[in-house]
Amino acid sequence: MPTFDLAATPLRALNEALHAVGPGSNDTRFEVLNPRGAHAVAVGADAPVTIAVHGSVGYYCAGMNAEASVTVHGSAGPGVAENMMSGTVVVEGDASQYAGATGRGGLLVVKGNAASRCGISMKGIDIVVHGSVGHMSAFMAQSGNLVVLGDAGEALGDSLYEARLFVRGTVKSLGADCVEKEMRPEHVAILEDLLARAGARGVSPAEFRRYGSARRLYSFDIDNVDAY
Amino acid sequence: MCGIVGLFLKDEALRPDLGRLLSEMLVTMTDRGPDSAGIAIYGAETPGRTKITVQSPAPARDFPGLAEALAAATGSAVEIARRDTHGVLTVAEDAAAAVRAALTTVAPEVRVMGVGAAVEIFKEVGKPADVVRRFGVAAMAGTHGIGHTRMATESAVTTLGAHPFSTGPDQCLVHNGSLSNHNNVRRVLRHRGARFETENDSEVAAAYLTDAMAGGRDLGAALAGALADLDGFFTFVVGTRSGFGVLRDPIACKPAVMAETDAYVAFGSEYRALAGLPGIETARVWEPEPATVYFWDHARAA
Amino acid sequence: MSYRNPPTPPRKSATFDDHTLAEIRRAAATGIYDIRGGGTKRRVPHFDDLLFLGASISRYPLEGYRERCDTTVTLGSRFAKKPITLKIPITIAGMSFGSLSANAKEALGRGASLAGTSTTTGDGGMTEEERGHSKVLVYQYLPSRYGMNPRDLRRADAIEVVVGQGAKPGGGGMLLGQKISDRVAEMRTLPKGIDQRSACRHPDWTGPDDLEIKIFELRELTDWEKPIYVKIGGARPYYDTALAAKAGADVVVLDGMQGGTAATQDVFIEHVGQPTLACIRPAVKALQDLGLHRTVQLVVSGGVRSGADVAKALALGADAVSIGTAALVAIGDNDPKWQAEYEALGTTAGAYDDWHEGRDPAGITTQDPELAARLDPVAAGRRLANYLKVMTLEAQTIARACGHNHVHNLEPEDLVALTLEAAAMAGVPLAGTDWIPGRGGF
Repeated sequence: MPTFDLAATPLRALNEALHAVGPGSNDTRFEVLNPRGAHAVAVGADAPVTIAVHGSVGYYCAGMNAEASVTVHGSAGPGVAENMMSGTVVVEGDASQYAGATGRGGLLVVKGNAASRCGISMKGIDIVVHGSVGHMSAFMAQSGNLVVLGDAGEALGDSLYEARLFVRGTVKSLGADCVEKEMRPEHVAILEDLLARAGARGVSPAEFRRYGSARRLYSFDIDNVDAY
Repeated sequence: MCGIVGLFLKDEALRPDLGRLLSEMLVTMTDRGPDSAGIAIYGAETPGRTKITVQSPAPARDFPGLAEALAAATGSAVEIARRDTHGVLTVAEDAAAAVRAALTTVAPEVRVMGVGAAVEIFKEVGKPADVVRRFGVAAMAGTHGIGHTRMATESAVTTLGAHPFSTGPDQCLVHNGSLSNHNNVRRVLRHRGARFETENDSEVAAAYLTDAMAGGRDLGAALAGALADLDGFFTFVVGTRSGFGVLRDPIACKPAVMAETDAYVAFGSEYRALAGLPGIETARVWEPEPATVYFWDHARAA
Repeated sequence: MSYRNPPTPPRKSATFDDHTLAEIRRAAATGIYDIRGGGTKRRVPHFDDLLFLGASISRYPLEGYRERCDTTVTLGSRFAKKPITLKIPITIAGMSFGSLSANAKEALGRGASLAGTSTTTGDGGMTEEERGHSKVLVYQYLPSRYGMNPRDLRRADAIEVVVGQGAKPGGGGMLLGQKISDRVAEMRTLPKGIDQRSACRHPDWTGPDDLEIKIFELRELTDWEKPIYVKIGGARPYYDTALAAKAGADVVVLDGMQGGTAATQDVFIEHVGQPTLACIRPAVKALQDLGLHRTVQLVVSGGVRSGADVAKALALGADAVSIGTAALVAIGDNDPKWQAEYEALGTTAGAYDDWHEGRDPAGITTQDPELAARLDPVAAGRRLANYLKVMTLEAQTIARACGHNHVHNLEPEDLVALTLEAAAMAGVPLAGTDWIPGRGGF
């Protein structure tokens, strides 16, 4: 179980070791100590390893993660799990802006709150936020699911495409072309699965409302010009 | 484009540590702003006295004998405490204007960085670690302070272009972002009598707040006005004699993290800046909302 | 006998000319701004307004076929472990699969590889066709992040963080739905056939301080191997170049207003940004002021058409140039052999710019399988290689004539300007004088 104490070891050594993991590698559990807000911690992992980060991280932790399971025992700075491909990233504390930005797959769980632009331009990732999300979350979201157990800030889902948004609490305002939609059985099934995988116990899918694209911006119409 | 930090102490026991804590916060933000660094410290006040922080491009030439020359020119006692390229002049409150006026003839190349009962401002070109060491910031005590590391965007890398910017008594501002209408606002403020030392957009923001407060608004109201009148991307951290405020623009792209405990309120562009503060592990840590004025005031809390 | 005025011939307004009138009618009829491809169509000061001072007695020229004039260029030597070395200082600019057909992308890769240079992906990800046929491939990292994935990032030879482009500095834009085919839709994770709205800012950073962290992430992800370029639109070239360099770029790609685009509002193309000629000296000055000229390489694009243009850009301080529109013409865009079909589309060969509509008779800017099949990627690649080699020979010819054994040794003092505007923009004297208008600025 390799341990990287970032107070003593350069970040480069950690990321290099992660990128060197190949098939059959014995090192499948990595421990990271003293990140103290460092950027680009555990970026670009591309193997089914487990990475535990003890402390808070800066920008782009677990960026472009594939296959790995990363847990941040602390809070995460901007762009945690940006462009994630697969695997799981769990933030025990809060996440800053752009959590899961452009993510393509895998599951991002934020146990605390996520700040603005959570799930911006998401392209297939599933994001579950136990707390609330800030303004402009799911801006231009293309695909995937954003589940918010708390509240959503202003302009939720602005200009979104086909991502599904589920919010349990209040929504301060909906962005352009985002509307509330009917919760059908298939949505309940998606929610149940995601809540279970994100460790959200005692929460029922029935408590959520679903939001999605009104698809009015899909083909240009000058009479929708206020939305552009 | 920069790193900014701020620390507002609620626990008086921490006051001797203010300079040390702010220095550490500032140095962690070096990557965000390697061009210059600056700090404003709200330190001890002496009733009836005003502090004028001045800077000289040639301190060995300008500072020896400066206090005496100013005293002779104004007939008021002037003390000077030198720190590297800066000096803090302490003068009677009612002589402050006369001393400032005398400076222009006694030492024409000496610039005023800030004036107030409490504030002292130190800023220079160079790496933040060097800048805080040269001024001995770590040994400074105070009630609150703000700091800045600068990556210059469109204006010159000079001492005067470094932050914090002060344009009114005990008022100063640090800024991360880029204003898009500062030229027009500068013209309006100049017409109203404001004086500018640089082409820097952040100086315009500082002058805007000073102008608003001169019109009778408190810092909170002045910041609210900035939301309507300043265009572009900004996170401001501002200091007044007893207060500390934070404002982000409505789009709020520039990073901002805040932490609060029973002992302090702290601001950093990144969490790294806060990571060394005492009790940070259990602090309430959050990101300020866009277009929302945050304001703490010793005078109100007292 | 009464006096009669001679008849006054009809006079059209210079302000309300035919094109303007047609645009007003079109906007009124359709309720949509004009979207088109290509770059600016108006005349702006350009490389044509500069001339070289060949050597004679005060300087000695090199012999054309015997004395070597080198053209190699290394990009990314500042921080990357694996910088790129190209045989020629002309690269192929980023153009997306989606805006271009897969065959066209393959042709660009083939041509560039034959000529010893690189090609670049675009907004839409990397295709097997271009990776397979491009010896050196630069992977664009764009605000939309369409098709972006770390495995392709690692398969690339360099990464280009796109902040802006010359046709639309500061703009995102909207690509109408006709070209979002099944394959394009899948690569971009979009529903088929809808309008694609592109963001103007990156989703997870804003400003140079954040860019520095983003570049750090990309370096960590790729183990510090790949050169990292930053591409900017030519609008505020001094500051943007300086900030890209400060943020840690290995290479700055500077695209002037003549640079093309797949599809953008005409008002953007014609009214935002500065001519390429006006952008180069401020960008070079920014690097010189930081002590980074030649350490951070400068690649200039936007209206480069010939070896003379290449030589002029290098003389003004660029390390290399990049071509987009010219490369498309070389592989067959707007070829008169399709004149009848261009006319059927209401245009003419040489003027066709509705690249976003996907009906390109030349089979280049389309996703229509039948039209795309018209382009033979092998033959088209050969044409591009020929063109690149001719341009290189032309640039060498000029460099030799000015006495240089490497095209990088061309300097501004080898140039004069034909017009006041060009003299001021390029910072070289007006021909026959020692006067550089506006000197004292950049």
